[in-house]
Amino acid sequence: MASYAGELSTEVAPAVRVRSLHRSFNEAGGVLNGLDLDIAPGEFVALLGRSGSGKSTLLRSLAGLDRGVAGTGVIEVPEKVSVVFQDSRLLPWKRVLDNVTLGLRAGDAADRGRQALAEVGLAGREKAWPHELSGGEQQRASLARSLVRDPELLLADEPFGALDALTRIRMHTLLRKLCEVHQPAVLLVTHDVDEAIVLADRVIVLDGGVVRHDARVELDGRRSQADPAFARLRARLLTELGVEDDHDAPGRHLDRAVERAAS
Amino acid sequence: MTTLTGNLSAPTRALAEAEDVRPTRRRLGPGEPIRFGGLIGIAALLLAWVVGSATGVLDPRTLTEPWTVVQTAGTLIENGRLQESLVTSGIRAALGLGLGVLVGTVLALVSGLSRIGESFIDGPIQVKRSIPTLALIPLLILWLGIGEPMKVITIALAVFVPIYIHTHNGLRTIEGRYAELAETLGVTRGEFVRHVVLPGAMPGFLLGLRFAVTSSLLALVVVEVINATSGIGHMITLASNYGQTDIIVVGLVVYALLGVTADAVVRLIERKALSWRRTLAS
Ligand SMILES: Nc1ncnc2c1ncn2[C@@H]1O[C@H](COP(=O)(O)OP(=O)(O)OP(=O)(O)O)[C@@H](O)[C@H]1O
Ligand SMILES: [Mg+2]
Repeated sequence: MASYAGELSTEVAPAVRVRSLHRSFNEAGGVLNGLDLDIAPGEFVALLGRSGSGKSTLLRSLAGLDRGVAGTGVIEVPEKVSVVFQDSRLLPWKRVLDNVTLGLRAGDAADRGRQALAEVGLAGREKAWPHELSGGEQQRASLARSLVRDPELLLADEPFGALDALTRIRMHTLLRKLCEVHQPAVLLVTHDVDEAIVLADRVIVLDGGVVRHDARVELDGRRSQADPAFARLRARLLTELGVEDDHDAPGRHLDRAVERAAS
Repeated sequence: MTTLTGNLSAPTRALAEAEDVRPTRRRLGPGEPIRFGGLIGIAALLLAWVVGSATGVLDPRTLTEPWTVVQTAGTLIENGRLQESLVTSGIRAALGLGLGVLVGTVLALVSGLSRIGESFIDGPIQVKRSIPTLALIPLLILWLGIGEPMKVITIALAVFVPIYIHTHNGLRTIEGRYAELAETLGVTRGEFVRHVVLPGAMPGFLLGLRFAVTSSLLALVVVEVINATSGIGHMITLASNYGQTDIIVVGLVVYALLGVTADAVVRLIERKALSWRRTLAS
């Protein structure tokens, strides 16, 4: 299974191809130092790394938002790229539907926007102002805004970072469902190792300005933290991140949240 | 469960009997707003005027009695002088305000959206801002004569500065993250201006508009009192020559009404245009 996916990604032209990418903000040293990365079409990649390791820098360079940052290298991305920011970044002076369809030039933009809002469970809220939505709803609206453009590549920088644990679990389910339907390649930056394993086909760890670790997630079906394979991968990734995982706090915390959600 | 439905079906009894025990804190804010609170002070002043005139504390030569003012206003309306003056002054103010708002907005947009525009426009306006517009009147009279154009342009000059300053400031404080978002959505420059820049600068523009309305009325009064052959200011100047305080007071009341109406209109526009905003007031 794993080898098959590996072969596939070399056969088909990758959606994202990054070669020897260098980026630096000052003379002292580079943030990215010759990074190579391929992402296959429809592949979900989670990007982990310590704070300040350059995750956002990489994401912004893929999004074409790092004008003025010194650096070299080759970046090939598809034509249709959507970005989901940590803050939902809805324009406060536009109603939710107008936010979703902003910049859409198709004739049926409003219909598609309405459909996208329904997909993220916001049917009936088209006319609401952004400030009338909860944090989770705002983030779902911003997901709808990204997906309505049928992106070939979805870039997300800690999209659920500001949400509470329960909302976050719901968002995971939603995002997985949406990705199955729309099949974009995804690069998701996260601090949460469990989130990375639950969502991604592949988890990469950024360190020292290069991809230090590249792990395919070979867990089938419903990914459960109770699965020993899950725990093994989690421990390995935490080690890569330089964290000693002896107290197991985040896992327990999440388990409790799941129990509460189930009850 | 039964007691609950009982409570619901007899709300008045429930209200009287229901316990309401809650911890309270000493209120530090001003508390609930008073209905029509803004009118109470005005009513008190009017009352003082009526009482003062009736008891003879206020000399009619200093300040005419309110009823005489009402009577004079009636006469002025009957012979058409008041309406005529009001229309003349109103058109003057509106033309000056319109011209000033247009020029101020366009300059603010050019200066806010392009660095070159800013380097050419912003400096001179900051200089203009430090010269009171009214000090320019002698020069404007030399250039334009004492006719209508001079008056309208004086008003426009007083108006465009606050419009420019606040709109420009509004443009510049639109958060960069919204521009970044617009870039990722692939919108054109025109769409960016229409959907992000203009609505984002709207609060600043409307604040500027409120200042501009006040400035326009100030300039209106000055140009009309300095020299005019028509308008409310002309009416007041004439009355002043003949010591007719009643007509002067009527003129002042009309100015006040103009100002209050204009401010109310701006606030209405503000409420409509900024309904997306959640402020402390709501
Ligand atoms: N605009 C900037 N100017 C100067 N230095 C910057 C800038 N943006 C990022 N950096 C530096 O580049 C490094 C990487 O930053 P980046 O934001 O990519 O980290 P990150 O991995 O996203 O961190 P976090 O997980 O905390 O978001 C940091 O050391 C940061 O200080
Ligand atoms: Mg970051």
